[in-house]
Amino acid sequence: MIHAVALLLVFQLAGEIAARLTGLPLPGPVLGMAGLLATFLAFPRLYDLVNPTTSGLLSHLSLLFVPAGVGIVGHLGRLGSDGLPILLVILASTALAIAVGGAVFIAFARLVGDAE
Amino acid sequence: MTGFSDIWSYLAEGPLLWLAATLVAYAIGDALSRASRRAPLANPVLIAVILLATLLVFTGTSYETYFEGAQFVHFMLGPATVALAAPLYANRARIRAALLPMLAGLFAGSLTAVVSALAIARAFGLSGETLASLAPKSATAPVALGVAESIGGSPTLTAVLVILTGITGAVIAAPLLNLMRIRDARARGFAIGTAAHGIGTARAFQESETAGAFSGIGMGLNALLTALIVPLIIPLFL
Repeated sequence: MIHAVALLLVFQLAGEIAARLTGLPLPGPVLGMAGLLATFLAFPRLYDLVNPTTSGLLSHLSLLFVPAGVGIVGHLGRLGSDGLPILLVILASTALAIAVGGAVFIAFARLVGDAE
Repeated sequence: MTGFSDIWSYLAEGPLLWLAATLVAYAIGDALSRASRRAPLANPVLIAVILLATLLVFTGTSYETYFEGAQFVHFMLGPATVALAAPLYANRARIRAALLPMLAGLFAGSLTAVVSALAIARAFGLSGETLASLAPKSATAPVALGVAESIGGSPTLTAVLVILTGITGAVIAAPLLNLMRIRDARARGFAIGTAAHGIGTARAFQESETAGAFSGIGMGLNALLTALIVPLIIPLFL
């Protein structure tokens, strides 16, 4: 497990460095994810080593958003008098994005004969 | 004998109390979510946030004090994002086979998220800084903050909007996709990750590893696309 955590931290570190060096508009951990994926493809045995730890971590991914979620409660006042319209915009726009994204994915999957 | 107020002032100074409280609040939220068979509103993040926010107000604790404990949990977001490489690798054959549907879904979902937010917000009479802060709301927080700042939005407001978008997406995604009869785990996951970043991805992992893997790709690709298209779209609405 320690090896797996060390590997994740090293790739996050590499991702942070790469993000700053390249100036790409992507967070370091996302670049670290891409790097680790490429490493798995090159060394498949590494995946078996890391998988128990990563699946444990990802099965409680929700937990990791709790501190940031608590942080916004104190800032809800920033929505001010525009609070209700802003909440309605988020609700409508997020619903539309999920619906359109899902429907277009399905339509193109059928188009290439790859529906599941 | 030590009085309760002494024990409290001792505990209130260290990170232990609020770290423990964060894990317990999440455990309660997760238990309620399971007991309700993942009912949409019984979202573990939502429940834990409400419990902890109530506790902070009740005990007169500042967010800064709370975060000294909670930062250890918050820090794990980075390694967890890197860990998404594992389900991506496990699903690599399905991902390769679904490249075209993914790219089409990405452009459609990402554009819809940005344009619909700006159009609806303007119809409600919102403008300026609020519009600029709303535009990147579907992207993962660090990208959304950078984008918002570069187009005249407020980073604090954007952080609030990004989290609200994630929780909204996590709550409405399953009933909405069920209503549309979209059962393909790849499409479900991808749509959730594109629209509702990491919090949506956490929800997708509750459905299946495949949905989680596709949600993770949706989140990563949308971060990139949002950063590219928002600066082009925002002048049309300001």
